[in-house]
Amino acid sequence: MSEARRAGGAAVGVVQVTGELIATRRVGAYHHLTIVAPGLAEVARPGQFVALAVGGRTSATLLRRCFSIHKVSPSGTYGGTVDVVISPVGPGTEWLARLRAHDEVDVVGPLGRPFPLPTEPLPCVLVGGGYGSAPLFWLAEALRERGCHVEMVLGAATEQKLFGVVEARRCADGVTVTTDDGSAGTRGWVSDVLPDLVRRTGAGVVYGCGPMGMLKSVTDVATATGAVAQVAVEESMACGVGVCMTCVMPVRGNDGVTRMVRSCVEGPVFRGDRVRWDAFSDGVCRVPADAVGAPREGGH
Amino acid sequence: MGIFATTRHTEQAHEAATLQAEPPTSAAVDMSVDLAGARLPSPMMTASGCAANGRELARFFDITQLGAFVTKSVMADPRSGRGTPRMAETPSGMLNSIGLQGPGITAFVEKDLAWLKQAGARVLVSIAGNTSVEFADVAGVLRDSDAFDAVAGVEVNISCPNVANRGLVFACDPLASAKVVALVREQLPRDVPIFAKLTPDVTDIVQVAQACVKAGADGLTMINTLLGMVIDTDRLRPQVAGVTGGLSGPAVRPVAVRAVWQTRAAMREGRLPTVPIIGVGGVRTGRDALELVAAGASAVQVGTATFNDPTAPVRVGRELRDLLHEKGFDRLTDAVGVAHERTA
Repeated sequence: MSEARRAGGAAVGVVQVTGELIATRRVGAYHHLTIVAPGLAEVARPGQFVALAVGGRTSATLLRRCFSIHKVSPSGTYGGTVDVVISPVGPGTEWLARLRAHDEVDVVGPLGRPFPLPTEPLPCVLVGGGYGSAPLFWLAEALRERGCHVEMVLGAATEQKLFGVVEARRCADGVTVTTDDGSAGTRGWVSDVLPDLVRRTGAGVVYGCGPMGMLKSVTDVATATGAVAQVAVEESMACGVGVCMTCVMPVRGNDGVTRMVRSCVEGPVFRGDRVRWDAFSDGVCRVPADAVGAPREGGH
Repeated sequence: MGIFATTRHTEQAHEAATLQAEPPTSAAVDMSVDLAGARLPSPMMTASGCAANGRELARFFDITQLGAFVTKSVMADPRSGRGTPRMAETPSGMLNSIGLQGPGITAFVEKDLAWLKQAGARVLVSIAGNTSVEFADVAGVLRDSDAFDAVAGVEVNISCPNVANRGLVFACDPLASAKVVALVREQLPRDVPIFAKLTPDVTDIVQVAQACVKAGADGLTMINTLLGMVIDTDRLRPQVAGVTGGLSGPAVRPVAVRAVWQTRAAMREGRLPTVPIIGVGGVRTGRDALELVAAGASAVQVGTATFNDPTAPVRVGRELRDLLHEKGFDRLTDAVGVAHERTA
């Protein structure tokens, strides 16, 4: 779409730094970490992510954990800082949640392609599922600086799992909250409130970050109303830097051809209508038969 | 409170003490190796499939510092690889089921190899095939490519477990291994060494090594991943889409040390011609690399540790050099297989 362009292109100036944790606090079901990461904050853009090593230098959990950048402060008291929001659900994220101020954490970033920003001041809707909302607040600020009207929709299973409702009220023109159990906002899913909101605001772009199922819904709603969907995907990654080939997903290119592309370097932000949502079901993504180099009968 | 410096600290105090005791610095250790005619300034390499094809890691370190950059195994045609999930974390390691995703040899030589050449890298090209003829065809396209002069050697991946026949890889069968090696050898000039990459999932790795060397392999790379499996206990189903996968990481290092040891021992006993061994499997530190060297490896690849630390292939090289210096070695080659002389 001509109205959207990439804000920064592929990551340049990626750094690996031993960062110092300077703040950690619980926010609902999540932990919000602030890490001094010189050289990273200066070049990061909304939608990019960082890959954190966990467990220290002799860790038995070798794979990096990747998190959307929640915000950056290029010139704080301690030098550039980066903030991430984590959900402690496994040994790596629990280790991160146990870190205390002045502990070290190895950070690689910024990684991946950021959210493209519209060149015109179009109305935009930003949709976050759970802590998938983390990167949307500085995106909202960047959009409003360009004169865009910004609406945010935050959805989660329950109130505890919402992230950033107060912050959303500060940085968006309107905020809608949904929870599956009705403990906050409208009972239901973001896709229940999204169609009306997109139509009412005449949104040109719908940005989304959260679980795959939600991103598909966001894409469906955007497509039905003529808006462009830009979604940041959550795929399991081992390295975050493009060498492990585990985070691939089927995406159509400009030539209309589907390829298995790495979400860490070609994503994590994709145009929703380019993602082959038909390939995903029940936690598995198969290779579409028409993808380049797809397995023949019998598999690879 | 301090803001931490960005560089990874070697143990500087320790290094300083060593420097005082012994005037030559660790930089004086001769780390060069000759791998069957391929002269390399360093024994350190990336491991195939753990480093993509160069551009990604070049953002983190100068890839010309490596002895060789080992590319991801390339086949004749473009290949999507398997669906996802492709990975499961395991204790001190991981299981992967990528399925040899790649661009095919033609696009590889035009884009990836050409890029590595202009970057000044020495390249160990890993090739794969569904049949022995496909291996040969891939080697032929490589030989005829414009960037072939960047190729320091060819690694023949006869041991990837992520193929349709599930671990029944060429390298489980001495005859099948020999056939692939012989056909690839015919396609390449004599001064380009070929290394057969072996699996430890066999009863007798020496027997497979013998077959490969007899068929024309100039050296051996060992080990590839071990065939493994993880069950997702939430869904009670295999965790990776390919059902089984290759196990790698520090968890498998003792298996690699054993495989290198057995093969080097066979060479010392005259059961196998002496050829260089490239050790790979679970190397994360210079100490790990030294284990493989002492067991008989002339060069060392760093694989899964790169996912944890993208600079690992060169960091491990520095740590290995420092360790060799500390132990009084002037040359890396003097340490190769040294443990065979020191058995209790």
